Parts: sequence; C-alpha cells; structure tokens
Amino acid sequence: MATPIGFDARAWRPPPLVTSPLLRWGIGLGFALYLTVAVGTLEINWARVWEGLDRGWAFVLAFTEPDFTSRWRDISQGLLESLTMTVVSTVVGIAISIPIALGAARNLAPLPIYLLCRGIVAVSRSFQEVIIAIFFVAMFGFGPFAGFLTLSFATIGFLAKLLAEDIEDIERGQAEAVRATGASWLQWLVYGIQPQVMPRLIGLSLYRLDINFRESAVVGIVGAGGIGATLNTAFDRYEFDTAAAILLIIIGIVMAAEYSSSMIRARIQ
Amino acid sequence: MPLITRDDRMIWRRRATGRDLAVWAGWLVGTAIFVWSWQVISENTIWFFVSDSPRVAADIGSRMVPPAWDYLPALWKPLWDTINIATLGTLLALVMAVPVAFMAARNTTPSVLFLRPLALLIIVSSRSINSLIWALLLVAIAGPGVFAGIIAIALRSIGFVAKLLYEAIEEIDPLQVEAVRATGASEGQIISYAIVPQVMPAFAGISVFRWDINIRESTVLGLVGAGGIGLELQASLNVLAWPRVTVILLAIFATVLISEWVSARIRHAVI
Amino acid sequence: MNQTGAIGHAPGVAGRAPMLELRQLFKQYPTGDRALDGVDLEVPAGQVMALIGPSGAGKSTLIRCINRLVEPTSGEVFLKGESITRLGQRALRRMRRRIGMIFQEYALVERLTVMENVLSGRLGYVGFWRSWWRRFPAEDVEKAYHLLERVGLAEYYDKRADELSGGQRQRVGIARALVQDPEMLLVDEPTASLDPKTSRQVMRLLCELCEERGLATIINIHDVMLAQMFVERIVGLRAGRIVYDGPPSELDPEVLTTIYGEEDWTTTASAEARRRDPGGPGTDEERLEGMV
Repeated sequence: MATPIGFDARAWRPPPLVTSPLLRWGIGLGFALYLTVAVGTLEINWARVWEGLDRGWAFVLAFTEPDFTSRWRDISQGLLESLTMTVVSTVVGIAISIPIALGAARNLAPLPIYLLCRGIVAVSRSFQEVIIAIFFVAMFGFGPFAGFLTLSFATIGFLAKLLAEDIEDIERGQAEAVRATGASWLQWLVYGIQPQVMPRLIGLSLYRLDINFRESAVVGIVGAGGIGATLNTAFDRYEFDTAAAILLIIIGIVMAAEYSSSMIRARIQ
Repeated sequence: MPLITRDDRMIWRRRATGRDLAVWAGWLVGTAIFVWSWQVISENTIWFFVSDSPRVAADIGSRMVPPAWDYLPALWKPLWDTINIATLGTLLALVMAVPVAFMAARNTTPSVLFLRPLALLIIVSSRSINSLIWALLLVAIAGPGVFAGIIAIALRSIGFVAKLLYEAIEEIDPLQVEAVRATGASEGQIISYAIVPQVMPAFAGISVFRWDINIRESTVLGLVGAGGIGLELQASLNVLAWPRVTVILLAIFATVLISEWVSARIRHAVI
Repeated sequence: MNQTGAIGHAPGVAGRAPMLELRQLFKQYPTGDRALDGVDLEVPAGQVMALIGPSGAGKSTLIRCINRLVEPTSGEVFLKGESITRLGQRALRRMRRRIGMIFQEYALVERLTVMENVLSGRLGYVGFWRSWWRRFPAEDVEKAYHLLERVGLAEYYDKRADELSGGQRQRVGIARALVQDPEMLLVDEPTASLDPKTSRQVMRLLCELCEERGLATIINIHDVMLAQMFVERIVGLRAGRIVYDGPPSELDPEVLTTIYGEEDWTTTASAEARRRDPGGPGTDEERLEGMV
C-alpha cells in the first residue's frame, strides 16, 4: 500500500493511538473476546426481567404521586437518625482526621509517624462502608451508634488523605518565614500552615458532610440505623409510593446540601 | 474597626466586635446541634451491647481465623460476576452519560431552557442515590441477579461520569472551537474536531476512575441480592460462617488492589 | 538591651566589635552537594554587607545556616559571642527572635491580614494561646503599627496580604522582621521579584532602617550594580568559599571574574547588542548563569 518514495495522499490516515499494530489489534480483539464471554456467562432470567417491566413502570408512576403520609412516622424517625448520624460522624471524623493528616504529611512528620498514619488511612479506605457497618453492627448491636462509628471511620480515610496531600503542597516560603521569627512548633502550625490549608479543609468537610448523608442512607440496609432501613422495608413490601417519597427526600436534601456548600466555598476563597 | 486607641493604648482585634459576636454565635449553634444530635443517637442506642462490644469483637476475631481456604474455589465464579457487573455497568453508563454531558454543558447544549435542566436533573438524581439503593430498587423490580447489579451500577455511574465530563467540556478552549467553526464546519463536525480531542483525555481518565470505583461497589451489591461476591458474603454472614467471611473479605481486598493497580496503569498510559 | 562587646574575638573590619561571626562553616547536603566549604566571616554591628555570587554558590545556604533553618554540617556561628550552633531547640527559638529574616518572593502568609503578618514577627515572644486568639500585648500592636507607618503602609493593616503589590508585600516583610527587635537582619534576594524602581526603593528603605537601628545585615543579592549603590561592604562567594571581601569601589572586572567566571565585564549595552545575533534573548541573570 505505502509507496516507497514520497507521500501517498490516498493512503493517509491519522496516526493511531497505539502505535504497534500487533498490540492495537491485540487489545481490540481481547476486549471483544472479553465482552462476548462476559455477556455469554451472565445468568439473567429474562422472563423475570420481562415480568418486572410492569413493576418498573408502577415505580415510575409512583414518583408522580409519592406517599409521604402513611409511613411518615417511620420516615421521620429514619431521617432524624440519618441526619444526626451525619452531623456527629462528620464532626468526630474531622476531629480525628486533622492530627492524622498532620502525621500523614511527609513534610511535617518523621518517617515512623508518617507510615503509621498512612497505614490508618489505607485501612480506612480499603473497605466499603457497608462492610465496615456489618462488623460494627455485629459488635455494637443494631442502631445508629454502629452507623455513626462506620461513617466516622470512613471520614478519617477520606479527609486525612486529601488534607495531608494539601499540607504537602503548601508554599514552603511562607512556613519558613514564620519559623524564622522564632515561633514554636504549634505557633508555626497556626500561622504558617493553617491559613494555607483552611479553605481546602472547609471545602473537604462540607463535601464529606454531603457524602456522609448519602452513605447514612446505605448503612441502614445492614441495620446500622437511618433512613436506609425504612427504605429497605418499603421495597420489601413493594410500597413503591413510600419508597419514591423517601428517594425524593434524599435527592432534595443532597441538592440543598450541594447548593449551600458551593455558596460557602465561593465565599471562603 | 479592629484597630482602636483606648487610653492612649492601641488595641488590635482580628475581627470587629460585631463579627466576633457572630463567629461566637455560630460556634454556639454548631455545638448545640452537635450535642443534640448526639443525644438522639444515644437515645436510640442500647448501651448494654456497646459495653459488651470488646468481648463480642474478640469472639468474632477468634472465630474468623483460621480462614477457610478450601472455600476459595467456590468464589471464582462470583468474582467473575462481580468484575462483569462493574465493567458492563460502566460501559452502559458511558454510552448514556456522553449525550447527557453534552446536553448539560453550557457551551454545547442544544437548548439552555429545556434540555440543560433536564440533563442536570438526571445527573443529580443519579448521583444522590447510592448504587446499593439503586440495586435495592432494581432487585424489587426485576428480581435478584446480576442484571439488577449491572443496571444499578450503570444508573449510579451516569451522574458521576456526566458531571465530570460536562465540567471538562465547559472548560475547553473556546478559541479552538471558533477556529473550526470558521472553516464552515457543521455542529457535528465542530464536536468531533474541536471538542472531542480536547475532552478525550479527561473522558478516558473519568471512565477508568469510575470503573475502579465500580469494582469496589459491585463487591457489596450482593448484600441486597444483586449478584456477585456480595451474595456469598451475605450467605456466609447469615449462617455465621466466620472463617468463610475472612476468605471473602481477603478476596475482595485482593480484587480491589488489583483493580486499583490496573486503573493506575491505564490512566498512566492514556494521559 | 545592647550590651556591647563580645569578649575574646577578633575585631571586625572597621575596628568595630563583631555582631556576627562565622567560623569554618561547612554544609554538605544529603545529596552530596557541598554548599559551604569552610566559610569564615565577621560582620560588625551597624554594617550592611552584600553577599554576591553565581546561582548555586551557597548564598542562600549561608544565611539559612545562621538562624539554622538549614543545619550546618560543621563549624560555628556566634551572635555577640554567643554560639548559635550549640543551642537546643528552645534556646534556638529564642535566638531566632534576635535575627530578623526577609525573603525572596516576600514569603508572607498570604491568607492572613497585613497586621497578622507583621504581628507574626512577635510569635517568639508570646505564648501559644495568646497567638491563637490573636491577643498580642498592646505594646506589640503599637510597635507593629508604627513600623507599618514607617514603611508607609499604615492604612493597609486590615488588608489581606495577597491584595498587595510586590513592593508593598516586601515592605510588610521588612516590618515583620523589624518588629522582632532584631540585632541583625538576614535578607535573601529582596529585589528578585521587583521592578528596578521598586528595587531601589526597597534597598534604600532597608539600608536606612539598618542604620537607624544599628543592625548588622547580610543581603544576598544577584544585582551587583544595586549592591554597589547601597552597601559599604561586598563579599563574593563562589562554590561555597569566600573569594572576595572588600569595599564596593574595589569591585573591578578582575574581581568579578574570580566570583562569576570569565566574561567581558567592560562590554557596554550597544556593543553587546551588536555582538549578539538578532532575536537572541538574554537577561543579565541568564548571562551570569551561563558562565557558572
């Protein structure tokens, strides 16, 4: 195809993303093969799915007339638990995260402390909240206490990691100047480091508050308190109108939280 | 004014008095909310179980070892299902998220008045609801199994992918779009020549990132019956087969580690 | 507070007692770079001294070894005959209050106000909780305010540092160093990010303040002309060693060559323009760096 001399305008193609043709075809073929095998081995009961279409439609319709009233006691109790769990676990999680973040920042902490704090962060991040919640429920019994512990624990991994990264990115000159005045270590933190990371800390905390609320709806499924349990029951009883009401409430709260946190973040820059 | 002279002495305050009071009031209200919230939790907690927890924890811990390694072969199929749920769910989400993202981006939406709010509504609904709750819903509608899992992952991922993608689209360099438009290109051509090349790296990054998250999330979908290794976890927990639980958790941990490594490699190669 | 006369040390250049004394100062970084190679130096009270030398000669390391923001590998530093290098952590912090430092790129804490930045110079004098609540003693606040007046920024005290221009920021940096009531000043490239006019203003202000307060001062500076214009003594550093120490008037092309390396120091701007090919960029700094 390619002529040995000059440039063949008809054969021109844009250069491919993967230059080696063997690798390019290999990746394409491998992917196609995977898709075929994956779809082929799925065990899907199409008859059951087909049957479900009616119920799916019923659920969509339920959104047009959600039922807030008939289970309002359960809903309000679940919401109350979810919201309080969110608040307490976010505050406690932040309080624990800050010292761990200081320890997990390579420019502040000596190596042993750094490794210890990074270890805590890694453990907290490895498992899904639900799995942690299962264990806490087994240990502390059903109810919001297990949920509170779960969310606090998850907050540590999230916040400490991101805050530590921000501390590692600070402008060293500003911190050095504060140290040169003869400030003590704590004064150095408060004048040299804290002002630089404060906007990020506030932004992350608000973001985590939002995440914790969404997660609080999930941990209830395994018995750790909150709106999740109410939702689970509603689905079990096929009370789609109640379920739709709960979902609408969750969406509404999340939207309100996102809106207000973006307002706050814009103000503190 | 934070700098005042009183009796010939100069006094400086970080904030003016009014603002100072406002800050204190803010802290007071915040503390009150925290304390009240804690009381609500405390009322709904059976403290006997909490005080008993060290013993229970030790008991569970001792039951979890040694792990039942002979159970491992039974996990290959559920693990394969888990990976398929994540991958197929992600692919499905990508297909649906791209048009939503183009509808939501201010500079590409066909209609600011009608389609953009709709796209934003799709995004926020999808993002507000955790994949486990989507799974709960889909299991109720379509019955238990991997199908519910795939759709749950897809529905949850649409919002995530579309949000990040539309933000990337809004941040593109408008000059390049203008240059292509100046050649007389149609809207479709502008998208493919001026916009797609600019957002492609972001799109690839977002996709792999979401796939990595989906692997983690699909490991627990089985808890509500939506297929994958979570089903085994649920079954073992129901019969208190703690040695099996250990093996399952280790298998999940290994899968998550591998997927993280793979996604890091791919992101490194693409970007 | 000025108890004069350090006992048992050699007198400084002008016969004045040394405020600062460096003895055989060595610094080797973990990477193996030898930044300081046996530096001996004395600076008397009230003297403004400029430290010049090519990039990487160790100027920045030298002044940071004095207040131990960088730990010297060996050698000793004395302030008024008191060893800095042997101090423990607490004593070192008390020592740092006596040494003001002014930075390249200003190094103000950008999200704090001007007043907070200046008051941060008093951190070594107040306890943690006072500094946490910003309850500095009234004398400190008054001192900070008068210094802001002195550098011409009195009405800016409530502005955030990142709202100021470069020259204004550097003047806040000067006020922060002086509010410490220092006995000497370390100044690291004070004009590197400023335009020529502001540079001269800042240098003039620095020299006036040092004279008013009788501070021993070391100024790291790239701009040899600017140094010659303002200081009474120039020290040239090359590869961690002092290669010149004398008045600005004796800084001839031969000396510059020992400090910076080979270059035709007599070339005028127009001759230079003829020599260089058209379109070739080049600032003084690049030319200097090209020779190291």
